[in-house]
Amino acid sequence: MANFPFELVSPEKLVYSGSVSEVVVPGAEGEFGVLAGHAPFVSVLKPGVLIIKGEGKVQKLFVRGGFAEANPQGLTVLAETAVPLADLGGGRLAQMIKDAQEDVEDAKDDATRLKRQTVLDALKATAAAIEADGRTAH
Amino acid sequence: MASLKELRNRIASVKATQKITKAMQMVAAAKLRRAQTAAEAARPYAKRMESVLGNIASAVSGGPDAPLLLTGTGKDNVHLLLVLTAERGLCGAFNSSIVRLARERANALMAQGKTVKIFCVGRKGYEPLRRQFERQIVDFVELRANKGVTFAEAQTIAEKIIGMFQAGEFDVATLFFSRFQSVISQTPTAQQIIPATFPAVAAAAGAVATYEYEPDENEILADLLPRNLAVQIFTALLENGASEQGARMSAMDNATRNAGDMIKKQTLTYNRTRQAMITKELIEIISGAEAL
Repeated sequence: MANFPFELVSPEKLVYSGSVSEVVVPGAEGEFGVLAGHAPFVSVLKPGVLIIKGEGKVQKLFVRGGFAEANPQGLTVLAETAVPLADLGGGRLAQMIKDAQEDVEDAKDDATRLKRQTVLDALKATAAAIEADGRTAH
Repeated sequence: MASLKELRNRIASVKATQKITKAMQMVAAAKLRRAQTAAEAARPYAKRMESVLGNIASAVSGGPDAPLLLTGTGKDNVHLLLVLTAERGLCGAFNSSIVRLARERANALMAQGKTVKIFCVGRKGYEPLRRQFERQIVDFVELRANKGVTFAEAQTIAEKIIGMFQAGEFDVATLFFSRFQSVISQTPTAQQIIPATFPAVAAAAGAVATYEYEPDENEILADLLPRNLAVQIFTALLENGASEQGARMSAMDNATRNAGDMIKKQTLTYNRTRQAMITKELIEIISGAEAL
């Protein structure tokens, strides 16, 4: 399979940069896989798991807030948070869910509440998916 | 003429000060390295953000429902000056040059009859500005000292500003910070953040492929513009952090050198005085002996 350059950037640092064969991105309107030669495309991210397949290994990272840009030169994902799943242990995700829950309750109007609710749902779904994933791995 | 004891005390005190400035210089050098790495690490994100936003913005701009953050309110009556400075002093002209730039801008705007509001980040900008612009200062955020800037901090500031913008409290926002050139040179800079400007994009816009957007352009813009604001503030904070340490390093280097000069001069005076006293005592003894 053809490889293409991929970069995962967070405000604090360049998280991943290299040649990959496939990346699965949690887009706001559904997950999508990117292979080499993808059409020019910009999508907002929802909180979720980003899967990088390349050079014989698979990496999974939790990403939150940002967007993905695919162009002929490759794929760039800008995420406010990008943490490898392995480092996400403990209560970090639970804490995020709790914060998101509070955000929903604090929302002043319906549009904001809806938007925050979406974030919360995505976080919960991610937590469930990670848990399920962990069970199959054992 | 100062007595020997006084001179000795003075030399000791300058030596102690020199030790402190020397230590501060070394600490600043270590912090500078960290701040510089952080500033460099943040650069790719800001660059990508700018290019993507520029692409979308050029596709959307002119549209009637383009977000206000991009197009502005169409007025420029109320200006918000966001002044980023350090939490600590003893770093040469770093804080005062940012404050001076902001003050000049504020005075110029007020002379044109515009309303000026000031948002201070960092204690060392708040204190001098408060003297002149007590009534104009609308908000003040203290940075957590010592720990490096985090993106979350920038985001909090950005959220406050967007809240104010949406409430119609100002029309144009400008960011004041110090751009890091090198250890000896930091340029105080004013950068307009609302309405958003994309300097490099105009030239590149023609060459870019047409993108598909998901969700549509306006929604993406509405999501990205606030985020871009946070990124710009974050970048400015990081530049400021590096500038501060650079300025402190050279200021403390100067101070150490000055202290060295002072010690040399005072040691000379001390030795001269001591020799003069010995000579005087000898003369007294000799003339006493001769008188017998």
